[in-house]
Amino acid sequence: MSNTNQADLLPALHRLQEKFGYIPDHAIADLAKAHNMAQAEVVGVIGFYHDFRRTPPGRQRLRICRAESCQAMGADALAMHASTQLGVEFGATTADGEVTLEAAYCLGNCACSPAVMLDDDLHGRVSVERLDAILAEGRGV
Amino acid sequence: MTQRIFVPRDASAVSVGAERVCRTIENEARNRGLEVEIVRNGSRGLYWLEPLIEVEIDGQRIAYGPVAPEDVPGLFEAGWLRGGAHALFHGPSEEIPYLKRQTRLTFARMGVTDPLSLEDYRAHGGLKGLERALDMKAEDIVDAVDTGGLRGRGGAGFPTGIKWRTVMNADGGQKYIVCNADEGDSGTFSDRMLMEGDPFCLIEGMIIAGLAVGADTGYIYLRSEYPDAWDVLEDAIVTATREGILGANVLGSGRRFELNLFKGAGAYVCGEETSLLESIEGKRGLVRAKPPLPALEGLFGRPTVVNNVITLASVPWILAHGGEAYKAHGSGRSRGTLPFQLAGNLKRPGLVEVAFGMTLRELLYDFGGGSASGRPIRAVQVGGPLGAYLPESRFDLPLDYEAFAAVGATVGHGGIVAFDDSVDMAKMARYAMEFCAIESCGKCTPCRIGSVRGVELLDSMLAARPQRSNDDTLLRDLCQTMLEGSLCAMGGMTPYPVLSALDHYPEDFGLSPKQEEAST
Repeated sequence: MSNTNQADLLPALHRLQEKFGYIPDHAIADLAKAHNMAQAEVVGVIGFYHDFRRTPPGRQRLRICRAESCQAMGADALAMHASTQLGVEFGATTADGEVTLEAAYCLGNCACSPAVMLDDDLHGRVSVERLDAILAEGRGV
Repeated sequence: MTQRIFVPRDASAVSVGAERVCRTIENEARNRGLEVEIVRNGSRGLYWLEPLIEVEIDGQRIAYGPVAPEDVPGLFEAGWLRGGAHALFHGPSEEIPYLKRQTRLTFARMGVTDPLSLEDYRAHGGLKGLERALDMKAEDIVDAVDTGGLRGRGGAGFPTGIKWRTVMNADGGQKYIVCNADEGDSGTFSDRMLMEGDPFCLIEGMIIAGLAVGADTGYIYLRSEYPDAWDVLEDAIVTATREGILGANVLGSGRRFELNLFKGAGAYVCGEETSLLESIEGKRGLVRAKPPLPALEGLFGRPTVVNNVITLASVPWILAHGGEAYKAHGSGRSRGTLPFQLAGNLKRPGLVEVAFGMTLRELLYDFGGGSASGRPIRAVQVGGPLGAYLPESRFDLPLDYEAFAAVGATVGHGGIVAFDDSVDMAKMARYAMEFCAIESCGKCTPCRIGSVRGVELLDSMLAARPQRSNDDTLLRDLCQTMLEGSLCAMGGMTPYPVLSALDHYPEDFGLSPKQEEAST
């Protein structure tokens, strides 16, 4: 099947990102060759999906759900607090390289809203105080 | 016999402390010299009580919740292993009204079994549907699903039997079963629960689909936001392969079915079936124009069944009990049950599987207990971010595909998100447009450009509304263009929340009183 090669691209991108935290520029040419695609196509795929990034992330990834169910339970205030506390906008990494703050659009934890995810750890019914505690624990404080 | 204690492993239960409670119970039991066996079950779906811990006494399970680690010593002191009284005591789990009033068909095993125990799965009715299907002709399997009246649970509500028949009748050669597990709708979590809490049920449903249409290969497209579901499914697939349920010789029948797990990468639009197929093929998730239907030219150009998790997981019950038994539940042309998901500002959020036909009011108040904040419920969004907002005057609408469609709303994937009277509906309308702008695949203009213009329009309305001098003509016109001109539901349904907010809550938009009268 002619498509089989390209069909391995997303799994390959996930593996790379798991290893390096992002997709390094120097990997693009190899990816293109291995999957029988143009480099521009590979870059297009990386750019399409929110998960893939081309620059190193912070040591930890904090995702705050901004979707409706969490909004109904005060997620906007939580998001504002996180942004102020960390001193970064959504999508950015703290100056010390510790935390990348991201918006998520549903973490499937809607019955325990509001929800956040620190790396792969899901937290529910998160108050401002609890968010501070989660971040402190993540920093090893 | 060692006494069994059930502590859910469900991601939501763990998100509110089930893992720490589990460790505390182990330590506390050890310190007291008590022998207990801890079973990690799925969640019962009574999320306001999570972590919900069950103690098994003479074959009956007694519920305590929500249990925090610091409650554990007190629970032992109160003699919970003998069902002792305690502030967190709820009596036998099955007798809790929230659970007792449900009709759990698809979720019959949810929270009851250890999700990764095949023995448990068989003991609770698992594999009966598959065993029956292996003795049936392909047409008869499709007929059973058809008779049951099963419709796509992902949101579109398309009759599953018709889709399967199309793929069955398509030319031979390679065909595929693709499970859409890209559950991105806010307010929905039934797919996640099922995959984490009863993974063999999904696997069984996919194999039956394969037998029906002549497909020997399946894919589960799972969103990356569900790492726990990934781990459970990976484990379940290994077990099912080892036990001869998956592989070259399904239950010794000589039939083959291979199953692959595929991880999404954070694109909401990949929940749209053609975008999902592009994604598995390693491309940007651009929506395909239809026709051709995926049933005829789907994955890698081959005939493909694309079904949602709950659709496929409903199939084993239908095959085991017959289409007529499934059809006996429901109302109108909406047959069977739907696992509704109560979320947002509710006192008792959770999973409620009931037959179609129940009213929104019953779900919100009898089950949900009203708002968590104690303030009046002002708006309810049904069916995810592309679903309409409904005011109290619509709470008596029966939950049924046709009844909802008749008022410009959608049942969708059964997600119900409640907002109290502090909600700003103009901001929610803006959010709907913003979400579409962020998640649009970019292929068609009404969605790609329309959503951006929608955000701009709503921003200017939000800025001007203190003067109550807004005009919604342009916004309504834009919504109409998106409704009629978009390639898929992303752009085509984003107007639902926007228009319903405009219709029912004009005062939030700073519309002039004259317009308010006209639209009410």
